[in-house]
Formats: sequence, C-alpha cells, structure tokens
Amino acid sequence: MTALPPRLEELVEDFSAVGPKDRLQLLLELSGELPALPARLAGSRDFMEQVHECQSPLFLAVEVSDDARVQLYFDAPLEAPTTRGFAGILHTGLDGEPAQAVLDVPDDFYVRLGLGEAVSPLRLRGMAAMLARIKRNVRERTA
Amino acid sequence: MALERDDDPKLADYAHPERLVTTEWLSRHLDEPDLVVVESDEDVLLYDTGHIPGSVKVDWHTELNDPVTRDYVDGARFAELLGERGIGRDTTVVIYGDKNNWWAAYALWVFSLFGHSDVRLLDGGRAKWVAEGRPMTTDVPSRPRVEYPVVERDDSVIRAFKDDVLAHLGKPLVDVRSPGEYSGELLHMPDYPQEGAVRGGHIPGAASVPWARAAAEDATFKSRAELEKIYEGEAGLSRNDEVVAYCRIGERSSHTWFVLTHLLGYGKVRNYDGSWTEWGNTVRVPIVTGTEAGKAEAGKAEPAKAP
Repeated sequence: MTALPPRLEELVEDFSAVGPKDRLQLLLELSGELPALPARLAGSRDFMEQVHECQSPLFLAVEVSDDARVQLYFDAPLEAPTTRGFAGILHTGLDGEPAQAVLDVPDDFYVRLGLGEAVSPLRLRGMAAMLARIKRNVRERTA
Repeated sequence: MALERDDDPKLADYAHPERLVTTEWLSRHLDEPDLVVVESDEDVLLYDTGHIPGSVKVDWHTELNDPVTRDYVDGARFAELLGERGIGRDTTVVIYGDKNNWWAAYALWVFSLFGHSDVRLLDGGRAKWVAEGRPMTTDVPSRPRVEYPVVERDDSVIRAFKDDVLAHLGKPLVDVRSPGEYSGELLHMPDYPQEGAVRGGHIPGAASVPWARAAAEDATFKSRAELEKIYEGEAGLSRNDEVVAYCRIGERSSHTWFVLTHLLGYGKVRNYDGSWTEWGNTVRVPIVTGTEAGKAEAGKAEPAKAP
C-alpha cells in the first residue's frame, strides 16, 4: 500500500484514534481552519470548478507550481461545515505536496477516517469526488 | 401540555395552522418548559456551528434511520432518542432546519410515523431566523432525560412501499425531484453519479412539481392561494385524491407531504421513501422517460410477468 503524504497520514491517525463524536468535532475544527480564497481567486468562480457530488456548492481550483507542487484552493459556504470539513482535510493533508504524491493517494483513503458512522456513507461521497477532481486537475497540469 | 397555537394571520389560511409557528412566536416561547426545539439539517455539523438557544439536534441520517436495514428506527430506538433529548410524548416539538426546512420536514414526517401528536415546523426555518438577526449559540443544552413511551411505528397511513405504489398506478403521483431527474436525462450526464439508480425517468403518470416550489424567497411556505395554484391549478391534484409523493430517498417528498397534508388539508397523502433509488433500480417496474407524465395502467398490481 502506498504511504499517504505525512500530514494526511497524521490526520487519518488523529481521526481513527478517537470515537465518532470526537471525529465530528475534528471535522468541525478543520472546517473552521479552511483558509479563505486568496484575493486573486475570490469572486472569480469562473476559474474554479464546482464539485457537483457535494451536498452543498463547493468550488475548487488546483495549481501546480514549476517545481511540481500542488496548491489547492477551496470555496464553500459557512452554512456547509461538513463540506468545508472535507475540503479542510484535503487542504491540510495535500496542499504543497508533490504532484506525484497527490496522484498516489488511494481513492478510498477516506474510509480510514472512520467518518462513515459519524457522518453517514452517503455524505462521504463528496469527499471521493473532491479527491477525484483534484487528481484529474493535477494530471492535466502535469501532462 | 401542548402550547397554544400561533395565531399569526398568514398561518390561519392554511388547513392546519397548528402545524407551523413563526419566528416571532418561537422567540416569545423559547423558555417554555413544555417546548423542545429541534434542529434537523442536511449538514450534520451545521447545528454545531450555532443554533437557536436551547435547541437540540436530531440528525436524520445517523439517528432516524436504522443503521443496518434500509428503514427508520423502531419504537424502542425512537423512544431512547427522544427521551435522551428531553422530549416527552406530550411535549410540543418545533423543528427547524436548513434548505427551506427540507430535512426538518423529513424529521417531522418520521415523528408523525410514531404518532407524536404536537410536532410543528418553524416557518422559514434556520435561514429566516438567522436573516432576522435572532440569537444563535453554540451552547448545547443539557436537558434532563425523560421517559418517552415505546410506541410502535405506524407505516400504514402516511408511508407507501413499492408494492403500494404499484397498486396505486393510475392514481395521482407527485414527483418532487428536479426536472432533469424527472425526465431521466441527468443519469446520462458524464461524471455525475448523483442518482445511484440504473434507470432514469419517473413513475408513470407522475406529475412533476419540484419540492422547493412550495417555498418563497425567504424560505417560508408560499401562501395557501399560491400553493393551490401550483398543486391544483398546474398539477391537477384535488383535496380528496389519494396522492403518493416521491423523490430520491424520501426526504424532499416529505416536504411536499407536509404541504399537501398540513397546509392544503389533503387527507390521503403518502410518502414513498423508497423513491427513485428503489424504483429506478427495481427490475421490471414501469418507467416513463421525458417530460410527459405518461400513462399508467390503472390497478396494475405487479411488474410485468416474464413472457
């Protein structure tokens, strides 16, 4: 099995070390820590793509720097803390990682977060969709 | 003891005004001991970011659904849940939530399966309360546990199963999903697995009335006259009809069930919670694609037999 990028691995361990209620609390904290869009992207959703599988509108932009590191930008309303929390996990875990490390993240890594019980499997579908879109963007930008 | 009903003139027009309260009424009654306010949202964390003071959270997915079988919780689990939230059998419950009370209506419908008699919606839901600048808090109240009796769920009156719908074909059905889901075209778009069904379209004869048409801009319900125009003028329903409403998993259609039953006074409305995720995956049930309702063979009690 491919190792996860270190900060994503750390998050997965944090989540799996606690019970369902505390996992929700962790997710809520990550939702609060999701950085606001930089000024150059704010208000320009044309450059971002919408992840339709999420319950609430989530916009995503992916950039790959010259040294092949991935920058992630997310925009989701404050009224959608769960979606923001999922975005926060991916931002904390993957922002600044090498493109190849992002592409190597197993598509089902989120199963290890143990959120199925606390959040319900139906709601987790948005997380899988976000990762898939990030990878597709990274592939396009590194092709 | 049930609380007095909200005598707001807008509500008085509805068939059962006692099923709604205004934000104004709720802010005046927040401290009543016989009232418990329940927040029920699509987003499982929204309550935790701030809620109406004193309100408790009930999550539709993790608390009202059975964790294993595709069904609602049984009487024992429901009693445990409500008792733990400080809700007694005689407590007045006011439910509110995000997205035009979509999930709040779903919770209310499940409470109704258990015959909880005094359960109401906050007209305008969370959005209106917030828009009016009313107080919100992150403090989670600790209500003393009470005894809620174990009541058997009654699925016979307001809930429809697949076989009921097959027997119902030819009578009025309301499909409350989006137009794209109704016609079936959404399933054919690349990369969008949102239906989880292998066939797209609608149940033969179903009228298309997307659920959110019942809501006004400020998330309150539209007036009775406006609702009658939509459901009777356009969709051709009438008050004595037997109606089945459905969507994808029964959540959006509980909102329409609420509108038809409590706001327009229809006496025979059932919510088909199996909805499209069951119908669209079932072998040999009849389906219509496109924008026309299509014809249903009346009284057809089961899918076509093998030749």
